Amino acid sequence: MHRHASSKSPLSRLVLHLILIVICAGWLVPSLGLLISSFRPHNLISTTGWWTALLPPFKFTLSNYTYVLTRGHMGISFINSLIIAIPSTVMPILIAAFAAYAFAWMRFPFKETIFLVIIGLLVVPLQLTLIPVLKLFNALGLTGSFVAIWLAHTGYGLPFAIYLLRNFMQDLPGSVLESAYLDGATHPQIFFKLIIPMSVPAIASLAIFQFMWVWNDLLIALIYLGGTQAVAPMTVTMSNMVNSYGGGWEYLTAAAFISMLLPMLVFFTLQKYFVRGILTGSVKG
Amino acid sequence: MNSQTILMLAVAVLGVPLLLIGYITLSERLLGKAAHKRSSSVRAIFWIAPAAVLLVVFLVYPIITTIILSMKDAASKGYVGLANYKYVFTDQNMLLVLRNNLLWLVLFTLVTLTFGLLIALLADRVKYEAVAKSIVFLPMAISFVAAGIIWKFMYDFQPAGAPQIGTVNAVLSAVIPGYQPQAWLFNTATNNIALIVVGIWMWTGFAMVILSAGIKGIPTDVLEAARIDGANEFQIFRFVTMPLLAPTITVVATTLIIDVLKIFDIVYVMTNGNLNTEVIANRMYKEMFNYHNYGRASAIAVILLVAIIPVMILNIKRFRQGGANA
Repeated sequence: MHRHASSKSPLSRLVLHLILIVICAGWLVPSLGLLISSFRPHNLISTTGWWTALLPPFKFTLSNYTYVLTRGHMGISFINSLIIAIPSTVMPILIAAFAAYAFAWMRFPFKETIFLVIIGLLVVPLQLTLIPVLKLFNALGLTGSFVAIWLAHTGYGLPFAIYLLRNFMQDLPGSVLESAYLDGATHPQIFFKLIIPMSVPAIASLAIFQFMWVWNDLLIALIYLGGTQAVAPMTVTMSNMVNSYGGGWEYLTAAAFISMLLPMLVFFTLQKYFVRGILTGSVKG
Repeated sequence: MNSQTILMLAVAVLGVPLLLIGYITLSERLLGKAAHKRSSSVRAIFWIAPAAVLLVVFLVYPIITTIILSMKDAASKGYVGLANYKYVFTDQNMLLVLRNNLLWLVLFTLVTLTFGLLIALLADRVKYEAVAKSIVFLPMAISFVAAGIIWKFMYDFQPAGAPQIGTVNAVLSAVIPGYQPQAWLFNTATNNIALIVVGIWMWTGFAMVILSAGIKGIPTDVLEAARIDGANEFQIFRFVTMPLLAPTITVVATTLIIDVLKIFDIVYVMTNGNLNTEVIANRMYKEMFNYHNYGRASAIAVILLVAIIPVMILNIKRFRQGGANA
């Protein structure tokens, strides 16, 4: 693994470690500052640097969190984010899996052309769809509802989901599917009993990728949910807080950290799948 | 959360999948076990239909409509020809927007790639590689909004003499004698750069992970051979690693370019496009919601599409060349 280690002099090794440690510190400090500040009382956070909290007297408080979770709407927004993200992850994956199965294992006219269109759609900026889709939602009276945002995220997530799953399913052993078919299994049986279980690694990466994308999304929520606080996810609530609180760092830092909790949990527990999702997602816009 | 919301969530999480499973089972029942050529095409249509409907409604139809709207007036009533495009390319504010996007495009892409490559190369040589990479990759997991708050706090500015609570000003005050604290996000000379730094902080991990996988993919014997031939580390990097890594770098650069063109959240949260920091996506949002000019907003969106078309063609070409497994 560390195949270069032997070929360097002690001095250049020292420089190497130094550079790397400085970079890592630089990357970690912004988040660390946020985390520490979120536990500091108002009067201290606005008058002294967060690093002073590392030395005694230790004065920390949970009141920032209680405030943003209750009066700051972050509690309800956390639940809204979940309500938005879960169906927006489940729906596109299942619908994409159907289509991917057809693309990988069925024969039909214009198969390649349709798939090329889907590859083209992978990188289309969503901005191109906002006005017509908003008009459509307005006409249907769906704007500001969870249904609107579920449908939108499902539609937007499909090209990448189909692309990823089709590539994965295509590499599954054809002989297994063939013999199941010869044994009289129907397509739904093959799909649910063989294809889906065998595709779990791809589905896991995809699910994490899509969940994080929806969880962290601001633009789609901002546009299709309007400004209604009752349905706002955390990203929207936080951006409203930035406008209304200005320098209320104790609330902003606590809110930001609450929004990061779940992604960080996913990141630390499912890092392997997350990274794999990112790797395969590198064709997506 | 009221009972209606709970019901809707249950429908979405359980009902929709059940509905889809029921749909596919039923359509198979309809087709029977007739495994002839014609029925296999019909079967494929059943399997693809749900995805196809959603793709048309949420992507294909809106894209075409937006292109048409871009040639209509603010209220989408009458046609105005290319007037909206003329506005996009001549209006002083729009030119500033395009300049900012260009700045993002060049600076963000180059620096993110360079840092990603540097960290991937350095981390490859130490025992704490996994930890170092996790630290750099972590910002990838959080939202742009949270990152915006994190960095607004980093850039916080207090007048000279007062204690600085923003890390950037505090560190610079400590390091540089006689340093005057800067209002990084308000000073028009620095604010665009300050925003781009946030993007770099978030995306370097992405570049690093992919480039690191590329570096690990370089066969050890190639590197050993170069070393035996007397090449030093820099020569190995320049003449062995870089050429072998070129395709990976292209993929990363392409992804970064696609993402940077659409950049929205960071600017929205940190400056809302004020003080000369506006970019294409934020401008479009304002045309849409503040000025209700759907014609101009659509034209701005089409600019994004045009900018991305080369990438689209490249992807399609790559897929066709690579055949099934591109």
